[in-house]
This record gives sequence, C-alpha cells and structure tokens, in this order.
Amino acid sequence: MAKCIFTRLTQGVIVLLAVSLVCFMIFQFFGDPVLTLAGRYATQAQQEEVRTKMGLDKPFYIQYFVFLKNALHGDFGLSYVAQTPVLGLILERLPASIELAMSAMLIALLFGICLGVLVSLNPRYFINRIIMAGSLLGISLPTFLIGILLIMIFAVTLRFLPTFGRGEVIKIAGSWRTGFFTIGGIRHLILPAITLGLYQLAVLLRLTRGGMLEVLREDYIRTAWAKGLTANMVIFKHALRNALIPVITMAGLQFGELIAFSIVTESIFQWPGAGNLLLTAVYETDHPVIVAYVMITSILILFVNLVVDILYAYINPKIRYE
Amino acid sequence: MITVFKSKRFYHFIKDVSAVTGSLILVIMLIAAIFAPIIAPQDPYDMKGLYLEDSLKPPIWMEGGKAPFLLGTDDQGRDILSTILYGCRTSFAVGFSVVIIAGIIGMTVGLLAGFYRGLLEAVTMRLADAIFSFSTTLIAMLFLGVLKNHGIGTVILAIIITDWVRYARTMRGSVLGVKEEDYISAARAVGASDFRIMFKYILLNAIPPILIIAAVDFGAAVMLEATLSFLGVGVPINKPSLGMMISTGKNYIYAGKWWLVVFPGAALVLIVFGINLLADWLREEINPKIMKSEVSK
Repeated sequence: MAKCIFTRLTQGVIVLLAVSLVCFMIFQFFGDPVLTLAGRYATQAQQEEVRTKMGLDKPFYIQYFVFLKNALHGDFGLSYVAQTPVLGLILERLPASIELAMSAMLIALLFGICLGVLVSLNPRYFINRIIMAGSLLGISLPTFLIGILLIMIFAVTLRFLPTFGRGEVIKIAGSWRTGFFTIGGIRHLILPAITLGLYQLAVLLRLTRGGMLEVLREDYIRTAWAKGLTANMVIFKHALRNALIPVITMAGLQFGELIAFSIVTESIFQWPGAGNLLLTAVYETDHPVIVAYVMITSILILFVNLVVDILYAYINPKIRYE
Repeated sequence: MITVFKSKRFYHFIKDVSAVTGSLILVIMLIAAIFAPIIAPQDPYDMKGLYLEDSLKPPIWMEGGKAPFLLGTDDQGRDILSTILYGCRTSFAVGFSVVIIAGIIGMTVGLLAGFYRGLLEAVTMRLADAIFSFSTTLIAMLFLGVLKNHGIGTVILAIIITDWVRYARTMRGSVLGVKEEDYISAARAVGASDFRIMFKYILLNAIPPILIIAAVDFGAAVMLEATLSFLGVGVPINKPSLGMMISTGKNYIYAGKWWLVVFPGAALVLIVFGINLLADWLREEINPKIMKSEVSK
C-alpha cells in the first residue's frame, strides 16, 4: 500500500513537472511579458531594464528554474490586468468553485448510485426503461444547454430560482466565504449544481446499473440469497460493494471533466468561482492567471486521483493484498 | 450485401428499437447537413442576404412570424433553420475528422504498444492516465484559450491532441487479449512478418471494442465543439456552429426569445442522442458479458 502510494506520488510529481513546463512555454511563446509590463510606449532602455529585472535575458533553463522556484513559493506573478498577485486572486475564488463542484458531485453520486441500483434490480420494468432512456438523454445533453434550459424553465418562466451569482455568503475560516448556511446561498446553488451534476449523474447511473447487472449474476450472490440473507444485505453489502469499484474509479476520473464543466457552468450562472476567472483571463490574454489556474487545478486533480486510488484499494481487497 | 441482410447482427439491429431510431435520426441529420446549401432557404453567412428588419422574428406559426423563416430569425436577421443546417455541417465535420484522425493515430500507437510492449507501452499508458485525469475538455479549452485566432482545423486539432489516447488504450487492451491466441502463433510459425501479423490478424480482431469507442467519441467530439464555440474559444464567428448559436441565443432568453436556443439545442442533442443510441446498441451487441435478453428485451 505504502509503495503504491509512493509510486503514485512520484508519477504525480512527474506530471506536475510536465504541466509546469507547458505553462512556462505559454509565457515563452505567447505574448511578450516585457511589452505587457513595461507598457506599449516604453523606450528601448526601459524595456531592457524590465528584461534584466525579470531575468528574461537569462537562458531558457535558468528562467524555467526561477519560474519553478517561484511557483513552489506560491508566486505566480502579477495579473496583467488586475496588477495583484495571481495566487490571491485564485484562492479568493476557489471556495465558490469547490462548493459548487462538491454539491454537483454529491447530487451525482447520491442519485446516480441509488437510481442505478434501483434500475438494475428490475431492468425490464417500464419505469426503469424510462429512467435508462432518460440517462441516455442525460449523457447527450451538453452542460451549457442544460444550464440554459434550466434558466429558461425555473427562472424565466416559473420565476422560481435565482440564476445570477452566489447570493448571501457568510465568512468562515480565513477568506473562505460559504453559501451553504444561508437560504439565499442555497437557492442560488440549486440550478448551477444540478447543471453541473446532471451529466455525471447519468454517467454514474449507467455505470452502477451495468456493474450491478454483472455482479448480481455471480455465484456468490446466489449463495448469499440461498443463505437466507435479507435483500438489503445481499444488495447493499455484497453486490453493491463490488459494483461500486468501477463507479468510484470513474467518479475520480470524472473530476477533471467536473472542473472543465464547472468553467462552463460558472460562466452561465455568473458564479464568482475560479472557472469564471479563468474564462475572463482567457478573453483578456492574462497569462499569469491562466498559468496559476492550470497549476492549481493540476495539483487538485492529482490529489483527488490519489485519494481515489486509496479508496479503490480500500474497497477492493484484491488490490490491497498484492 | 445479401449476406449482410441475412446476418444475425443485422437481424438484431432491425429488432432493436433504439438502434434503428438512433441510425434513423443520424441519417436524417446527416442528409440535412450534406444538402444544406440546397435545402436551406437562405445562405446565413452571405451578409448581402441579411436584413436587420427581419431580426428576432419568432417561428412562423407564432404571431409576428414571417414567411420564409420557418423557425424564426436571430439578432442578425439570419434564418434559424438555415443556420442550424449549416451548423450541423460543422458538427459532423468535427465529429468525423476527430474520430478518423484520432482513431488512426490512437489505433496505430495502441497496436504497437500492445505488440512490442516495453518503453512505448509504459510511456503511452502513463500519458493516457495523465490525459484522462485532466480530461479532453479541459485541455482543449486551455489549448484554444491560449492560442488565439483559430479556425475549425485548430478546434479539431485541440480535440485530437488528447483524444487519440482513448483509442490507443482500448487498442492496446484488445491486442493484449488477442496476441496469445493460437492463430497468431500459427501465423508466426508459417513465417508471417510482424507487420502482417499486426495489421492483418490482430487489427481485425481488435476492432469491435474500437467501434464502441468511436461511436461514443463521435458524440463527445460534437458536444465538445459546441461547448468550445459556446465559450467563444471554438470556431470563428463567421463560421456556423450550433454552440455559437446557443451562445447568442442565451442573451435573449430573458426577453422570451426561446427559439434562438431551443431549435439549435434540439439539433445538437438529436445528433448526440442518435449516436449514443447507436453506441448503446453496439455495446450490448459486442459485450458478451451482459446478455441481451436480461437487459432490454
């Protein structure tokens, strides 16, 4: 187990190095930071001064090491547009994104797994076939369309729910502002969380159903039934545990997708999260923000994958004892 | 051809409602897209044909609808139906290009990786792991976000740079499964070259799972192009795209102009839903583990 985690960590570091190299290339090949920092009308001498001050006259690999060193200290430079440290900008926005992503994943896991189990028990029931058709529609609906349709139905036509921003937030620990504890915050969260979670829900539902259908035909399940165990014991303790293995793996792999689609969701609902910040940075060619966003999400993604790997070993004894 | 119609697969296909529905939807959308210049009442990207007084007209059956504009017009006075037809062309172009190019690259790499193992395999699989965890969508978004001024080709490239690993990974798995079969040893015994074994014997037998991946991937590529164009990092503004139509329409939903979003959205979902229905059928047809009778019949 410890060895497995160690290998994973090493691989993670290699991936992070690769990502940082790509990020560094963005600075090198897209846009000239000297021009951005010194201003368009700077004289030759002023430009040179900035170049030397920033260390941009040094060879490529030294610049890269400086970049890495700064990044390790959390210094990704100043935003070209806001002229404030980039890390602060992102960390300030991160709680909103994390709350949105967590809510979406919670909806997806809860409903996806429950419905998946339900459907697998009686695949031929009419209602279950409707659910399956619905789930196929669910994976065919792009996230941005779901968001807009939800706005049209619940905000424009029914005038039920707000569609703009986060509502009231309460400050907890440090700069973390949460929308979980106010009615306004929850009401603002509903539509974006469903938008972001629906696709994942459909994916997890189909995966759970597939896994359950396979597992329910295994001999040991027949044995469990024959022992006279209750349906709850057989389904949830014996069958679901094995059927969940691919589901957990997938849920972990989907985390990258989740972040990608949270960018889309945040833009539709004007959610003040990191994804929205990234989009603005892309439109304004604010490279330091893009780079910092990429590095931070990479760390998050690798961390989640590591957790999933450990969970995976926990529910699958075959791997644990290897 | 006759044998195709008599085959068991074809029989299953015809019996399966979802497979037939899916392919019917796809064929209709494809024909509509191919013949768009003939069918479309208007060329939506010919600026001379657009009149601002025709902008934001509702569908023809509603009050205020105007004659040639069956599904209404957008803010530039473009006919929605025509723009959808042209937008579908972009969708299909992206879908086919991605599947074919990423498929060929991925299958070749996967075949070599599975056949020769070693360093190539290790590198490919680690790369695939990394790319999978970052997701195609995120990488394509960032790629296009940093690279300004792009055309449809760049969008396709942005999808392919990560998407090929899907095929490579599946292909490698299939190759590993097939490689130890007796007929491969037999081919080797009669002196077949590596090349011949790989491309003649292994490739053909490794194809079925690739078909599933290709079908799912086609839908994913179409959705991804729409998403990228929706965000404004996809196809350029002067090219038709369903995603961009929806992005424009988004600004008018509070004004009750629903047709700007609903019709292009429906077209997009139909294409993806159609291919997913087909993929679903393929999956059950090819995967022997789940018996058909137990699942849907």
